[in-house]
Amino acid sequence: MKEEFDILIVDDEQVVIDSVKRICGINNYRVDFALDAEKALDKISMQRYRIIICDIMMPGMDGFQFLDEIHNRNIDTPVIITSGYSTIENAVKSLYSGALDFIPKPFTFDEIISVIKRCLKYRDLTNPSSNKSNTIMHVPCPAKYFRLGYSCWVNPFHDGSVYIGATDIFIKTLENIKSLEYLENDTTINQAEPLIKIISEDGTVNQLYSAISGRIIESNHKLLTDITLLEKDPYFAGWFYRIIPNQLEYEMSMLTPCSSDR
Amino acid sequence: MKGFTEIGILKRIGLKLIIAVSFTAVIIIGVYSYFNIKSQNDVLLGEVERHANQLSETVKNSMRYSMLLNQREHIQETISTIGIDPTIRDVRILNKEGEIIYSTKQTEIGNMLDKKAESCYACHAENKPLEKLPIKDRTRIFKLHPDSTRIMGIVNPIYNEKSCSTSECHAHPEEATVLGVLDVSISLNSIDNQLTRNQIRVFWFAVISVIALGFIIGFFVKRWVDTPAKELIKATNEVALGNLNYVIKDIGNDELGYLAKSFNNMIKKLDETRLQLVQSDKMASLGRLAAGVAHEINNPLTGVLTYSSFLLKRAKDNPQMQEDLNVIVRETMRSREIVKGLLDFARQSTPKKSLVEINEIIKRAITVVNNQLKYGKINLVTELNNQLPKVTADANQIQQVFLNLLLNAIDAIGTEGGSLNIKTNLTNLSPKGNTQIKSAVCTKNHNLIYKEFKIGGVPSIHLKIKSNGNEGFINLDPTYGNNRHFFGINLAKNSTISLNCPTCDISLIDKNEKCPECGGPVYKITIPNQGYLMGCASFNDRWQQWEFIDRGGDRQFVEIIIKDSGCGIPQENISKLFEPFFSTKGQKGTGLGLAIVWGIIDNHNGSIDVNSELGKGTAFSIKLPLA
Repeated sequence: MKEEFDILIVDDEQVVIDSVKRICGINNYRVDFALDAEKALDKISMQRYRIIICDIMMPGMDGFQFLDEIHNRNIDTPVIITSGYSTIENAVKSLYSGALDFIPKPFTFDEIISVIKRCLKYRDLTNPSSNKSNTIMHVPCPAKYFRLGYSCWVNPFHDGSVYIGATDIFIKTLENIKSLEYLENDTTINQAEPLIKIISEDGTVNQLYSAISGRIIESNHKLLTDITLLEKDPYFAGWFYRIIPNQLEYEMSMLTPCSSDR
Repeated sequence: MKGFTEIGILKRIGLKLIIAVSFTAVIIIGVYSYFNIKSQNDVLLGEVERHANQLSETVKNSMRYSMLLNQREHIQETISTIGIDPTIRDVRILNKEGEIIYSTKQTEIGNMLDKKAESCYACHAENKPLEKLPIKDRTRIFKLHPDSTRIMGIVNPIYNEKSCSTSECHAHPEEATVLGVLDVSISLNSIDNQLTRNQIRVFWFAVISVIALGFIIGFFVKRWVDTPAKELIKATNEVALGNLNYVIKDIGNDELGYLAKSFNNMIKKLDETRLQLVQSDKMASLGRLAAGVAHEINNPLTGVLTYSSFLLKRAKDNPQMQEDLNVIVRETMRSREIVKGLLDFARQSTPKKSLVEINEIIKRAITVVNNQLKYGKINLVTELNNQLPKVTADANQIQQVFLNLLLNAIDAIGTEGGSLNIKTNLTNLSPKGNTQIKSAVCTKNHNLIYKEFKIGGVPSIHLKIKSNGNEGFINLDPTYGNNRHFFGINLAKNSTISLNCPTCDISLIDKNEKCPECGGPVYKITIPNQGYLMGCASFNDRWQQWEFIDRGGDRQFVEIIIKDSGCGIPQENISKLFEPFFSTKGQKGTGLGLAIVWGIIDNHNGSIDVNSELGKGTAFSIKLPLA
């Protein structure tokens, strides 16, 4: 009989494994670890894991190759990529290559916990075979939209600006949204940089990474007064910002068209 | 190196000039004086001769009557009276036989003169005596003995007349033609004295002229040549010692002044190039280092940050401990930001380039800092060239460059207010010295680019070289036209060399080509898809030709100048300006801003220069290549 773990940590640094284990221990997650990607693949074939946290730079197979291998083997376990070499390129590439989330090292207790919680929730939401009973259907994003990873959508508007927001599945992975912390208008952001802080009832701070680079020209502050809009209509009334993109064409190549979701 | 003062006195320009000019002056004065004195002499002698002839004729005429009457005492009386004049040495009359009949010197009377005597010589030089003597030949100049003064003698023959033979005394036979000779001698003492005085005067004139010329030339040579040359030599010595900030002060508008200005310009360019090269190398290695360090540090930091933030959560009911842990978390977060900055700086990824409007990016950067400009009372003046073509660049990175420069300018201006100028325009630069050779192969398609040996921070072209039995390697400068080649073997001047592919040993010398400058052999290297690079294979010749690139003509660059009226940058800091972690802002900055700027511009194959004057402001000039 296969033993089920919640999390598999793949990292060549013992201190990172220990840290994550320690934190996960608080929430009673069952944690396993592997010191390189090959061992991790062996373990995956033997055991079942709900999510995987994987480093990029490792001896032998690196994080991206690991993601490809997971995809090739049709393993649907969500992967969180983490890296000490935390450049924007690595973040975008991870999300584009199929990682559910990217978390740069070093991270705080709160940061890693919020990512883990979200991913476990995602796993439960998308995996019908999960023994949890609260499986919820989610609304896929409209066909003309594009998304970075599974979390952030953009909708190119005819005047050259784009609307940006969070996908329904991302919203559903968050528990009881309490408030939002916007960036100021006129701020210039880069692709895969934190776009908005979504704070849950329990104080967990969730970061949404921007799908594109550009300058924020308008923020949807209506959400502050009626936070339920976000859950009711995440793709239309629930937009966060209007942005003037500065290199949309290039960045589009790293986005997934939502039409491919159907 | 030999100092200026060590130049031998005889080798100095000043002395050489003085000697040359003095020599010329002496020759001119000498020739002029020679002809001048000679003509003076001739004029004076002519005058004396005319005077003597007149005198001789007058004496003869005045005595004619006395002679006809044969009044001998009277004749002697007249001659004695004439002889009183001090310039007249003597007056005498000789008869046909040479006997002195009358003379101013009474003692001579009755003496016989030989035909060779000065008075007789004019007529009796030939054996047969002349009967007629033309006036020109009557005078002669002679000295009685070598030390005596010159004397001019005039012989005036006294001819027979009818009345001489028919007169009562019948003193002379009818058939004689010449009865005697009147001989007058005049001393030339006074003329000679005058000529000597003139000669002495000319001599002193020459001496004084030469001395004066010497001093005048010496003075001006010192002023126009010596002082500037000293300054130039001092400058070259300073540069040789590595001081590339040395500036020659203004030394005038003549050729040396221009030399000094062009020297200053050369050193400035040299300094800039050196800075870029050093920077290029440093950045590349630093980038790798930074990436490695970031990765290595972030792992242990993960341990610190997770455990400390976890402890912070658990210490909710222990405010004292919470406070301490907060410090750890806060400082670890700060370390995280520093490493992130380091990573941003080290980003080695190729920029995401697309065609962008530089002016648009500048405007965007300005909107970001608009508020700060307002608060800082900074007057922004933009002169954006509307005709600018689009540039292939990473808009984000370029905007980051402008933002960093604008923020630096705002900081430099401070709270007192000031002005900020942003200017864009299009410039042309020659491809030579500005084009990198990024790939090169031999005729058999073997790679010649050698990453292990870099010139100016760029992999060089590695060739095998053979010369006079010596064999080794040569590394050609990968910047077209720069010629900072590295020779692996010693080459004798004018020696013949052959260049070969280090892989297959095929010769790279093209026998059909000759160097247009020295006629020597030419090497030809294939640049894939971009034609051929040809160059002179002679050691001293710098000729290079890359037709493919030359055909394109000068390359166009978009130039962006950001100029502030801020505090300026001290000269000694300029070289360190683009180094990572060099900051004058203290706690405020990370010291990575300008290093990032440099890295981005280098990634775009562009260049960045700084011009700064303390207290007056700083100007950054960025050049980005079109296409």
